[in-house]
Amino acid sequence: MFEILEKRSLNPTVTLMRINAPMIAKKAEPGQFIILRTDENGERIPLTIADFDRENGSVTIIFQIVGATTEKLNHLNEGDCLHDFVGPLGKATHTDGLKKVAVVGGGVGCAIAYPVAKKLHELGCEVHAVVGFRNKDLVILEEEFKNASSKFVLMSDDGTAGEKGLVTDALKKLIESGEQYDEVITIGPLIMMKFVCQLTKNYGIKTVASMNPIMIDGTGMCGGCRLTVGGETKFACVDGPEFDGHLIDFDEAMARGAMYKPFERKAHEDVCNLYKQEVK
Amino acid sequence: MPNMSLKKNEMPVQQPEIRNKNFKEVALGYTPEQAVDEAKRCLNCKNKSCVSGCPVQIDIPAFIAKVAEGEFEDAYKIITAASSLPAVCGRVCPQETQCESKCVRGIKGEPVAIGRLERFVADFHNANVKEAPVKPESNCHKVAVIGSGPSGLACAGHLAKKGYDVTVYEALHLAGGVLSYGIPEFRLPKSIVQKEINGLKELGVDVETNTVVGKTVSIDELMSEYGFEAVFIGSGAGLPRFMKIPGENLNGVYSANEFLTRINLMKAYLPDSTTPIQPGNKAVIVGGGNVAMDAARSAKRLGADVTIVYRRTEKELPARAEEVEHAMEEGINFHFLTNPVEITATENGWVKGIVCQKMELSEPDDSGRARPVPVPDSNFEIEADCVIMSIGTSPNPLIKSTTAGLDTQKWGGIIADEESGLTSREGVYAGGDAVTGAATVILAMGAGKKAAAAIDEYIQNK
Repeated sequence: MFEILEKRSLNPTVTLMRINAPMIAKKAEPGQFIILRTDENGERIPLTIADFDRENGSVTIIFQIVGATTEKLNHLNEGDCLHDFVGPLGKATHTDGLKKVAVVGGGVGCAIAYPVAKKLHELGCEVHAVVGFRNKDLVILEEEFKNASSKFVLMSDDGTAGEKGLVTDALKKLIESGEQYDEVITIGPLIMMKFVCQLTKNYGIKTVASMNPIMIDGTGMCGGCRLTVGGETKFACVDGPEFDGHLIDFDEAMARGAMYKPFERKAHEDVCNLYKQEVK
Repeated sequence: MPNMSLKKNEMPVQQPEIRNKNFKEVALGYTPEQAVDEAKRCLNCKNKSCVSGCPVQIDIPAFIAKVAEGEFEDAYKIITAASSLPAVCGRVCPQETQCESKCVRGIKGEPVAIGRLERFVADFHNANVKEAPVKPESNCHKVAVIGSGPSGLACAGHLAKKGYDVTVYEALHLAGGVLSYGIPEFRLPKSIVQKEINGLKELGVDVETNTVVGKTVSIDELMSEYGFEAVFIGSGAGLPRFMKIPGENLNGVYSANEFLTRINLMKAYLPDSTTPIQPGNKAVIVGGGNVAMDAARSAKRLGADVTIVYRRTEKELPARAEEVEHAMEEGINFHFLTNPVEITATENGWVKGIVCQKMELSEPDDSGRARPVPVPDSNFEIEADCVIMSIGTSPNPLIKSTTAGLDTQKWGGIIADEESGLTSREGVYAGGDAVTGAATVILAMGAGKKAAAAIDEYIQNK
């Protein structure tokens, strides 16, 4: 079983958990993901690996409470066990030969952007981190990003943390000021990644986006996670999750991501009601 | 005196209008009386031609003779000496092209219902015999099996019976491979699959779920760090194919694999399931194999109006005749000589319909089947809000890409010796769909059994 070794709330809707999973910790690389089930009848959800410790055999996940399963996950505590935890799945982030990179994260996507920034930083690459949140209450991993970058820009939609504006505003400013990046790596909401990619395409800067579509098995078996990249169908689970952002059909990805919205909303409400009843 | 009736004892089934609304098993199984009566149709002929039609060579006349005597448990022992999963094979084997096709009784009349008798014997055992099988003494040799589908389970079972310490690695959270995620409950109840797997566990087989060989651990690590002396690869052919036509990535388009996995593995057909499924009101299934029939009949049970489109005629359908018959009885519509060219969309990115062209049959192609060619200007649209692509699968490249020196065919199949299953790597064997491409449960089991014998010989002679 996969014990929760540590649980920490990063903000009201984002939680960090460190899970005991020695075999996965041994193999994990930034950019890869795991699939978990909270209980015997739970759905399978993919979560990108936020960190790992090969020595003590733990894998860290950071998740936003958005649906039934993440709600259930957040109700588990240190010492509890996850029913299933499998990985590391997908391909690792390409870091070879990169000298200067802008890592652009948005919201809970920063949890995934962070290990990438950290690895690049450790490899001696110059990292500029641009991270955006809706407001100051939702900011996560600020210190960690600062330690893994030579330039750190914090943005918020309402100006309560860092500068007011979007990550694309900040990235544009950096590029306009003469910063020359080998690559931009962006992880966050689809709409944000879409605009980051549009921006960098204008400047001809190679950009990698990390996709997190609906998925079941995570090994290439179901094809539910497929997306169109450069006119070809790719499976995010085995061909990705990272792809050339200038070739991704983001509109299709957004439509596919909304496929089960009504079901998901109802399932989340049902779980919340269940917990409310328990409290009573 | 043998029973000289020209017809098989009929299999009791749920009536079509009832069963097409539930996921309970369609066929209900023989009663002991029916089984004995059917067994008496066997002439117990000397040359046992039926056995030559069985990929795992069950001594068919011997077990049937025991059924005729009412000695059902003895019959079970005869079957399990050759087959690891009798309750499964009795249900999903294409007996009509295997053992039963060789039966002498089939020359004039219907062959003996070997499959139904196998099923009866296995079910009788499962329902009435509680004693656990005797765990053989360990010979202290470790073998790893990758994949817990039919080939892996057969290989594991035969090795365990010889005393090997077998560990089966499964990528999903539940063992069984295609028996668990692919074949629906109404054709193969999942409780039966798990019972068969539990039987293997009682023989000492260790099943490790949630382990993706090639990701969590590599074959080289299994052999060097974990101390396995041999590895059997039974990772199946799990990658779904698509047609590469416009609209295939619209919402409401599934691979049959995804559709069936949601239903079978994730139980999306149950009202309290946490995994959703959208069978739509009008589902179109593309393809004519057993998987297409499974997807169609599942969609029907979820309340959709279901149409199968297939580019050849009824005669060329690759699915078992029984499955096609069941599908037709359950009210599935068929459009033969029809091939999709585009899936159309609503404004919101959902499936609206599927544009097809009419086909006609021309000269036979490489597969020996008549080649379908399009009829010019014959396009028409079928209204649909769900499309399920069931046009085949390919082997998963994960193991090949992470195992140096493992040779594969151009199309991805692992190259393995037909008799032994030996691959291009010493001590590494393979079988089932990972080698042959998508085939049947029993062929995969046959390959697993042969590989088990070869692995035994390899380790004993080391």
